[in-house]
Parts: sequence; C-alpha cells; structure tokens
Amino acid sequence: MSTLGTAIERVEDAALLMGRGRYIDDMPVAPGTGHAAILRSPHPHARLLSIDTEAALALPGVHAVVTGEDARAWSTPFIVSVRQPMEHWCIAIDRVRYAGEPVAIVVAEDRYRAEDALALIDVRYEPLDAVVDPEATLGADAPVLHEKVGSNLVSERSFRYGEPEAAFEAAAHTVTTTVRYPRNSCTPIECLGLIAAYDPGEDAYDVLSHFQGPLTLHPVMARALKVPGPRFRLRSVPDSGGSFGIKQAVFPLIVAMALAARKAARPVKWIEDRLEHLLAATSATNRMTRIEAAVEADGRIASLRLDQLEDCGAYLRAPEPATLYRNHGNLTGPYCIPHLAVNNRVVVTNKTPTGLNRGFGGPQLYYALERLMQRVAVTLGLDPLDVIKRNLVPADAMPYRAAAGAVLDAGDFPATLDHGAREGALDALRVRRDAARAEGRLYGIGFAAAVESSVSNMGYITTVLSAEERRKAGPKDGAVSHATVAVDPLGAVTVTADSIPQGQGHRTVLAQVVGDALGLAPAQVTVALEHDTQRDPWSIAAGNYSSRFSGAVAGAAHLAAVRVRERLARIASQQLNARPEDVRFEQGRIFAAGNPGNDLDFRRVASLVHWSPGSLPDGVPPALRETARWTPPQLTPPDDDDRINNSAAYSFIFDFCGVEVDRATGAVAIDRYVTTHDTGRRLNPALVDGQIRGAFAHAVGAAFYEELAYSEDGSFLSGTLADYLVPTACEVPDPQILHRDIPTPATPLGAKGVGEGNCMTTPVCLANAAADALGVESLDLPLTPARIGDLIHGPESTPPRP
Amino acid sequence: MKRLDRESRHRVALTLNGREANGWAEPRMLLSDFLRHELGATGTHVGCEHGVCGACTVRLDGAPVRACLTLAVQADGRRVDTVEGLASNGELNDLQKAFRRHHALQCGFCTAGILMSLDAWLESNPAPDEGEVRALLSGHLCRCTGYTGIVAAALDAAEARRREDGP
Amino acid sequence: MKPALFDYLRPDDEEEVLEALAEAGDDARLLAGGQTLMPMLNMRLVEPAVLIDISRLPGRAEIEDNGNFIEVGETVTQASLESWPTLAERTPLLAQALPLLGHVQTRSRGTVCGSIAFADPSAELPLCLATLGGEVVLRSRSGTRTLPAAEFQTGMLSTACREDEMVAAVRFPTAEPGAGYAFTEFARRHGDFAVVAIAAIARANGIRIGVGGVAEQPVVRDWPLLAGSALDDALNALAWSLDAADDVHASARYRRELVRRLGKQTVAAALEARL
Ligand SMILES: Cc1cc2nc3c(=O)[nH]c(=O)nc-3n(C[C@@H](O)[C@H](O)[C@H](O)COP(=O)(O)OP(=O)(O)OC[C@H]3O[C@@H](n4cnc5c(N)ncnc54)[C@H](O)[C@@H]3O)c2cc1C
Ligand code: FES
Ligand code: FES
Repeated sequence: MSTLGTAIERVEDAALLMGRGRYIDDMPVAPGTGHAAILRSPHPHARLLSIDTEAALALPGVHAVVTGEDARAWSTPFIVSVRQPMEHWCIAIDRVRYAGEPVAIVVAEDRYRAEDALALIDVRYEPLDAVVDPEATLGADAPVLHEKVGSNLVSERSFRYGEPEAAFEAAAHTVTTTVRYPRNSCTPIECLGLIAAYDPGEDAYDVLSHFQGPLTLHPVMARALKVPGPRFRLRSVPDSGGSFGIKQAVFPLIVAMALAARKAARPVKWIEDRLEHLLAATSATNRMTRIEAAVEADGRIASLRLDQLEDCGAYLRAPEPATLYRNHGNLTGPYCIPHLAVNNRVVVTNKTPTGLNRGFGGPQLYYALERLMQRVAVTLGLDPLDVIKRNLVPADAMPYRAAAGAVLDAGDFPATLDHGAREGALDALRVRRDAARAEGRLYGIGFAAAVESSVSNMGYITTVLSAEERRKAGPKDGAVSHATVAVDPLGAVTVTADSIPQGQGHRTVLAQVVGDALGLAPAQVTVALEHDTQRDPWSIAAGNYSSRFSGAVAGAAHLAAVRVRERLARIASQQLNARPEDVRFEQGRIFAAGNPGNDLDFRRVASLVHWSPGSLPDGVPPALRETARWTPPQLTPPDDDDRINNSAAYSFIFDFCGVEVDRATGAVAIDRYVTTHDTGRRLNPALVDGQIRGAFAHAVGAAFYEELAYSEDGSFLSGTLADYLVPTACEVPDPQILHRDIPTPATPLGAKGVGEGNCMTTPVCLANAAADALGVESLDLPLTPARIGDLIHGPESTPPRP
Repeated sequence: MKRLDRESRHRVALTLNGREANGWAEPRMLLSDFLRHELGATGTHVGCEHGVCGACTVRLDGAPVRACLTLAVQADGRRVDTVEGLASNGELNDLQKAFRRHHALQCGFCTAGILMSLDAWLESNPAPDEGEVRALLSGHLCRCTGYTGIVAAALDAAEARRREDGP
Repeated sequence: MKPALFDYLRPDDEEEVLEALAEAGDDARLLAGGQTLMPMLNMRLVEPAVLIDISRLPGRAEIEDNGNFIEVGETVTQASLESWPTLAERTPLLAQALPLLGHVQTRSRGTVCGSIAFADPSAELPLCLATLGGEVVLRSRSGTRTLPAAEFQTGMLSTACREDEMVAAVRFPTAEPGAGYAFTEFARRHGDFAVVAIAAIARANGIRIGVGGVAEQPVVRDWPLLAGSALDDALNALAWSLDAADDVHASARYRRELVRRLGKQTVAAALEARL
C-alpha cells in the first residue's frame, strides 16, 4: 500500500519532539571558534566619518574588529539586478542608509564579551535627512540615498498588453482604488545564524547556515567574496527553525562573517538576536498601488490598469525587485481580463532592505486586486461573489494564457468556487450576517480569489529589463530541480535533493514519493537533505522558495525513483521470466503482474547490483544511484512583448469569511473563515493543511497586528516582540479548509504549491469583510482597533467646559 | 549572603531532568545559554531573549518559566526540567505522541517550550477546555502551525490521561 | 542581547537585603521575578553594577489575610496570589485582573511587589492597588514606612521608594460587604499590557473608577451613583482629563474613546456584581 496522498506522521517529528533537532546554534564548532556581534547604525541616514576600534580591541577576549575597510579590501559590493551603479557592501562604507545597517563586527571568545566590546567602538556620524515614504522619496527635496545613482527612483517600466486604452474608452464604468500595503515580516521563531570559516591556504570560504536559497545567490556571494564558486562552499544545517522566505536574508551576513573569519583567523559563529532581526533582517516590500478597472454593466472586467510603486528599502538587495515581478505574468489573477496596462516604479528609502517573505509579491498584488473586485461590486450594486464568478477563467479555457503571459495550467475555478460556497455554507453565513445586522451589529462578509504561483521561472526577474537589455544579457529561464535516489548493498534507500527544507516536512514527503515508486514503506527510505554546494548537484533554482517543493523537488525525486525502479525491473524480469514492464513493486517484494506468489525480495535484487555486476542483464549499468533533473519546459524567457510565464503551476484559492467589528473598541473578530484550495494532487494532506493553517496565521497577523513601523524621521518603532505583534493561539481561529484537487499536467506528480496562498487571499478577504461591515471605501492594513475605531467612533464628545 | 564576583565564573550545580549536572557561569549568564552551551542541552531554544516568544520555557522546581529571563546562578541547587527529559528510553511520552499525531509542529523550534508549559500546566489543569488551552498557549509564539494541531494535541493528551486515571 | 557585567548578591534575609541596598545604593537593582528587569538587562537598557536577588528570600512568600486587607510579601508571585484559595471572595478585583497580567509562564515568576515597584502606567496591579486604595510597605535600614498607593506611585515608572528602600509588602483592601467589583481591559493580544484598563467599585452610595494605560499613572475618581447621561458626562470629563498621547498602538483620541466606552461597561458590570 503506497502512502502517497495519505496523511502519515512525519519522520522528522520524533527527534524534534525529544529536543534532538540540529539547528544552527546547536551545531558543534571547532575549538577556538569566535563569536560575533554586530555594531549597527543608530541612524537611518548618515555619513560615516570615522570608526575607532582601539578600545574594543584592547578588551580581553576580543579577537578582531571588522569594519568597512576590510570589506573594501577583501570583497566587492553585491551585484544588483537593475543596471544601476548602486553600491551595497556587506558592511557599510562611508555612509549608512538604514537604521540597523552593519557598521562593524566584533569577534570575541563569547557573545557576551563581543557585546561588551561593541560599546567600546567609537563611531562618528554626520546625520543626514532620511526619507521613509515611497512617494516622498520621489520628491525633489528628498535626500538622495545613492549619489552615483542620482535618484531614488531606481527602475521604471511600463507594459501594455492587448488594447487597454480602447477597453477603458468603451467601458460602461471605471472603478479605481488605491491601497498602501505595509511592511511586515514572517519572523520565524529562530533568528538568522551561521558559522563561517576561511582557509588562507586555498583562499576558500566554508559556511554552514540555514540559508534557504535560492542558489541564484550563491554566485552573488562568491562574487562578493572575490572567489570562484567552488571556493565558496555553502552547507545547510539539518534543521531550521522556520523561514517563510526570511532566511534568504542571511546571505549578506554570510559574506560579512566570512570576512570576519578571515580577519579573526578562526571560524566565526554569529547568531542574530531578536532585536537585530526585527530592526534589520528583512521585510516584505511596502507597496502603493493604484488599480483601475474598465467594467461592463454586468461586472465583467475588460481591462486593468495598475500603477505600482514598490519600496525596496535602502538597497536593491538580490533578488529584488523580484517581489514586484514574481506575479507579473499573472497580474490579472484568476480572471479572464484580456487587456492590461502596468506602470512599475521601484524606489529606495531609508529602511531595511526587502526580500523573500511568504507570498512574495502576492499579498501586495491581491490586496489591490481583490479590494478592487469588492469596490466593483459595491459601485455597480452587484453581489461581490457574482463579480468574482463572472470574471473567473472558465474550465474549458485551460490551459489559459493570461494577458501578461502566465499560463494557468489546469483547474476548474468556477466549480471550485461553487464547491467552497456550498460546503462552506455561505448561505448560512449570509443569514447570520443579516441577523446580526438586524440587531444593529457591525457584521460583514468578505471574499477573495487568487491564483497561487509555484515553481518560479528563473527568468521572470528579467522582465524588469527591456527586451533590448535582455537580448544583450542573454536568455534566462527554466527552474531546474535535482534529486538523487540510491540503493545500498543491503537494499536500503537514500534520497537527497536540493530543497533545503525549513520545517515543512520535506523528508516525510520524499520518503512517501520514493517509497511509492519502489513499493517500500516510507520508513525504509532515508532522506538526507543537508545540502552542500561542493558535493550535491544543484542549479541556481535550488532552495526552498516559490513553493517549488511539491511540484519540482518531489517531482524530480519521483523521476529518479522511477529510473531506479526501471533498472531493478530489468534485473528482476530476468529472474521472474517476465517482461520488465510487467514487474511490480509492493511491500518490499518484486513480482510479475498476475503472479504475486512468485516474488523476490527487494533487498536481494538490489544487492545483486552491488555484489554481482557480472550477472546483470546486458546494458544494465552496475549502479543504483540515479540523479534526476527536471525543468518545466513551459518556463521560457520573457518574449519581446514582455509576456512572461513566471511560474510552472498556479493553484487556485477561494476564500470567504464573516467578521464582526466591536463598536466600542474597533476590534475585528473573525466569526467564520472558509478557505478552498485546488492545489493539484496532495502528496500528504496533513502537511498541506499544515501549510494552509500556517499561512493563514501569518495572514491574520498581517491583517490585524503586524507592521514594521517607522516614524517619519526614519527611526524604527517595532523593535521588540512587544511592539511587533505576532498573533498567539488566542488570536488565530481555526479556518475551515476545503479541497477540490485537480492534478496538473505541469509537474511530474501533478502537485502544485500550497504554502503561500493564504498570505495572498486572507488579508484582503478579511479587509473586504471589514469594509462590508463598515461600509467604507478605503481600508489599509493592518486593521488595528485604533484605525477601525477612528472610522466608527464618529465625532468625538467635546471636552467639558471648565 | 552569597556574593558572586562579576568577572569570575562560578560553579552552578543543578538537577537536570533528574540527574546531577554542573558547569561554570558568570553571574550574567542566562539559564538558556547555560543549558545549551554549558550543559549541551540544546533542546531548549531561544527566540527572543525578552520573554515573549516562549521558546525557552523550561520547568524550574516544577513551574514553567522563561529560561531567558533567569540567570544560570539562580538555578543553582534547583531542579530544572527540559524537553530532553520527556521521553524515556527513546520512547516519546503521551503528550509528545499527541503532538506527532496532530501535526502540532513543523519546524519544531517553538515546540520544546510549548511541551514544557503543557507538561507543567496539565498537572494542575487536567480537564481544560479549548479556551483555557489557548490562554495558556498565549505565552508562546508559533509561526508555522497556526496553533490548531497544538491545541488539539493538548486536549487529546489531557483526555487520554483522564481516561487512564479513571473517573 | 546579553546583559553587561554585574556582581550578584543573594542575601539570606531581609536584613542583608537592606544592608546590601544601603551599601550599593544607586548602583544596585533588586531582582525579583525578573520578568521586567531581565529583558531590560538583556537589552542593556540598564547596566547595574550589582544585582540583589530577592526572588527566594526566605519567609517572604506569605499572603496574610488581616481582615481589612490582605498583605502580600515581596517574593509572592503573581501565580501564587492568583491561586490563593480565597482570592475571588476576598479581593474579587484582583481575581479578575490577575489572569490578564502577562501569561501563565510569566506569572509563575513575576512578583506582585515587583509589579507595584516598577509602576508601569499600563500594568494591572498598580491600577488595582490605586483603585482599592491599598498601601505599600517600604523598608530600609532606617525603618519601615507605609504609604497609601496614591502617595507611593509618583508618575510613569516612578515611585516614592528610595534607593536604600525596598517594597516589603503590598496591602490590598478586602471586599466590602455589598460592593461590586469589575475589571476590564482592552489589550492588543491576550496577555499584553492594557491599551486601556478600567477598574470599578460600585457601593451602595457611589462609584469609584480607576483608569490605567492612559495617563502616566493610574487615575482614580469617586462619583455618586451616576447613570445615563450624567455617567456619560463624568466619563467624558475623566477621559479628557487624562492627557492621553498618541503612540504606535493607538491615538490619544482612541484612548479617550475607550475610557468612555469601556468605562461605561465596567461601571455597569460593577453595579451588576453588587450583592
Ligand atoms: C511576555 C510578558 C508579558 C507581560 N505582560 C504584562 C502585563 O500584561 N501586565 C503587567 O503588568 N506586566 C506584564 N509583564 C511584566 C510582569 O510580568 C512583571 O512581573 C512585573 O512588571 C515586574 O515584576 P517582577 O517580579 O518580575 O520584577 P522584576 O523584573 O524583578 O523587577 C522590576 C523592577 O522592580 C524593581 N523591584 C522588584 N521588586 C522590588 C521590591 N520588592 N522593592 C523595590 N523594587 C523592586 C526591580 O529592581 C526592577 O527595577 C509582562 C512581562 C512579560 C515578560
Ligand atoms: S527566548 Fe525566552 S521567551 Fe523568547
Ligand atoms: S513549529 Fe515552527 S514555530 Fe512552531
């Protein structure tokens, strides 16, 4: 019995539950390893006049102090993906551009001493004006962050698909809304960390970390360190305390600490603390979007116009501005909207640089798109569900090429929506809302629909370049995944792959996938996913991001396992007197179809390959180790008209919810939440639901609690977990999860991504419900009680007369 | 009066999961660091060092406390229980098994603290309802699971214990 | 996020604490439950030269019912007060407030006296103490003095406790026959400090209301038995009198609004709770 598709328990859990996880701060270190602490800029923007490290170096136990001078000597600035002379060094040189930017690193015998030494470093700054607002940064009087760039606008591109002008001209209505998506971050409970070493004999760096990929950043780091790739060995730890994209942001610190190890002439360990994490690790982009729809009288949308202003913080840190382009091909969401006009501007401000964060661009996009859908319904006096339904891509149009190039691979969106509305008892919810309203309560229903892109095209980011620039740079496309399946002399199976998991249970799923192909129980398959760039096969697409696991990595593992099976089948067929294609693998036995009584032990057949290559059938190589590579052929580079299929597969999500607003406090309570998913084939339903719940919890945080806030002068206001509010078990209700799976032909196992979708749909679904409850037009996140209170409390009672 | 000089390391002896353990600590060393880096009990995790996330929660003389808000020298002579002490002879205890069954963990980083909180709390609250479990869990942050599995596992383990103990 | 260096003292009795305090003065900090002080040490917001650990001072973990008040010694944790068997009957206000103070895992070590001594404007216990009209027992080598709550807390995070003094006990008046007690707060999440907290006592002939989270310290008012628009007016006047300020979590205006609205709910609940 194959377990693929069933909710088996995770192979990861026993060790983790016993406290035997191996996270970065648990890993053994070489004797004499130094511990690093970082001196960070207290100013959002300042000239660095001088750094005096003498007193710090004199403190007993301090091994080294590293500054921008060392970075200048041994490294180069990080490469940026737009052609701009922007210099981003791993440690500030001459200037700091955000509060928290690294200015110096102390290496000492322990972290306590390293922090003692930080206080002894004397830095002189000349503070400069700071700008944190993406509109203000474009103003003529705004301080320019990068003098060589000359402007805070670092990229602008316009796109036109179909005939948007004509569609707007012909439309019965035009509906517009403007939204400002705030900065937030998925803040894993484990902060960043790494152990770096330098070998002067070979001029080579070796770093152990929970860096999650993408390995497009490996050449970025190697280049910054001025060594060829093989001399920058990057290894991953067995366990990581969550990432959600965030651990991509360890990469600039990897470079900085590699330099520190070189200067201190010993390995260096750095574990980020929570204050550093909130202040300076990373953030989702804050984005301002003006979105406009050309609408027919029945609610059908003929065209969209988007004006997106993306704020990437102080530096365009690779892979930015990917947040803005990740969904470029599917800007029209799950809808059939043939005409589209887009203007994209990317700006820098004096805030922490941005990066990967669960949903990556989706939350920003769908906050605008789905608020617009709600506004269309209200403006035209239609039912919001009808507006969504009328615009969904119909099942018979699949695969559907969206205006900007995404190829929606499979699915029946309208049927999935109907399934969700029915099984989720939408009618009953409407009755509930009406009853609440009849009592004078503030109750609203919200909807949201989305496609969740998975397995990113390595070429999508080049959509930021013009076709001409792309031609010069050479094509970029594809998304190669690797997996290896090996069988040892005793018939035990090992799987390795390029997924760099961050807690999602990849080992369990790969054991299921490979066990399924070889007729073995998952327990008979050992999965080892610590990745080593020097020894494991990998491509730039390797890593844990863009929900590539179930589509790409599990797919490659399946292909590798099938190859092993085919080889074993040929060997067994000889002994079973059967044709190879008739050989079956079940419960550790190998037999011919129709004759299960005459079976062979899997282990025996496998051992033959090792012990007796001479007795193998002709043409069967004496090895049982297969590495499969897979890349989705449909991931081609952007075409000359800027059409890009940014992802291999697109899941579909339909959410609705009921919320009630407390008149006294403005607090929004989730009364009911239903989320319906078509994620293709579910490889382990419990893990799928776990991903949905996790994303939902992040989304509840984004909707109501979380913001990395700055004051106007650039100082950071969310510096502790008492300021940056992460929802607890009391704030996160249990959503009802529904599925309607339609396996996709776009990936080897028919699976698609699932971990990010609710970060895209849930914030806006909740906001739509709040807007419905309150009857307001514009609503920005987070929906804090104070913000809602100010909307509902009406004019304030005047102060009493003295 | 006990006086410990700031610059020296002092001997700290405690009972860790039922066994004597000892190491050296400056007065300022946090119990979380002492357990992890001095005694090698890395099952207790650190997520914030200001008392909010709950990852470092251990039992000190039975009570659930934040190891990051406790000095190692304060634990001298006391009983400390950590996640490493829950399983016996490699077999998970009932609560741990319930966590595995209910998929109450993903990355596992928050898990040790939550297990230790529940381990202590279920002793004095054998028949909790969901609201009470959630209130207890408000002292912990989990970024992976959305809490559903954790709540279910806690209720499940409590009920199983009640059944076992009889009416 | 690691503390700076300090000497650690663990006195064996109160006498030694007072001695150590007198000796170190300004450079010393008392370490009680550590739920506030330890984060401050870890963040290096404070760098005392000497830490005097009173968390396990022998004999000071008692809760005594003296008839008119309960006296809570300096090492009594919030958890042990919460589970004191007659709490709900003797001090119903505390029974309502304590579960809102942080979490099970912080109440297990955080002390009642430490919270009073720290005097956070949003903290529950100082509000309860002020509204109940309790007292604080202060002790130093030069003697013991007892201050009414209103004289003890002098502002935001500031009290009348001198450098050489410690809070030795706190006295919470016990329930008056026939009176009703109610405590409500609005916090962003379960267990957070209050954005606004209201304590109310309803007696046969009047209402007492206390507000936390808005002004620099708890503010207490005594009113006759107001109702309807008279109560609204009184709450409005109270709200405006608190000099509310804007911060990350809420605007001043929002806080005033909560004082009016939660104030009304809390007064109603207190009236309801009268026997
Ligand atoms: C996650 C979290 C949530 C929290 N939520 C809340 C909340 O909602 N409401 C709330 O009110 N509190 C909250 N707190 C703080 C509360 O837990 C503390 O217990 C309390 O504020 C201080 O008590 P303590 O015994 O821990 O004092 P400590 O932290 O040990 O000391 C605090 C200060 O008081 C001084 N001090 C202590 N005892 C005495 C004494 N006897 N005499 C003189 N000075 C003394 C110390 O020197 C120090 O300056 C929270 C804390 C955490 C970590
Ligand atoms: S590490 Fe102790 S509570 Fe977060
Ligand atoms: S399981 Fe990852 S934080 Fe809880």
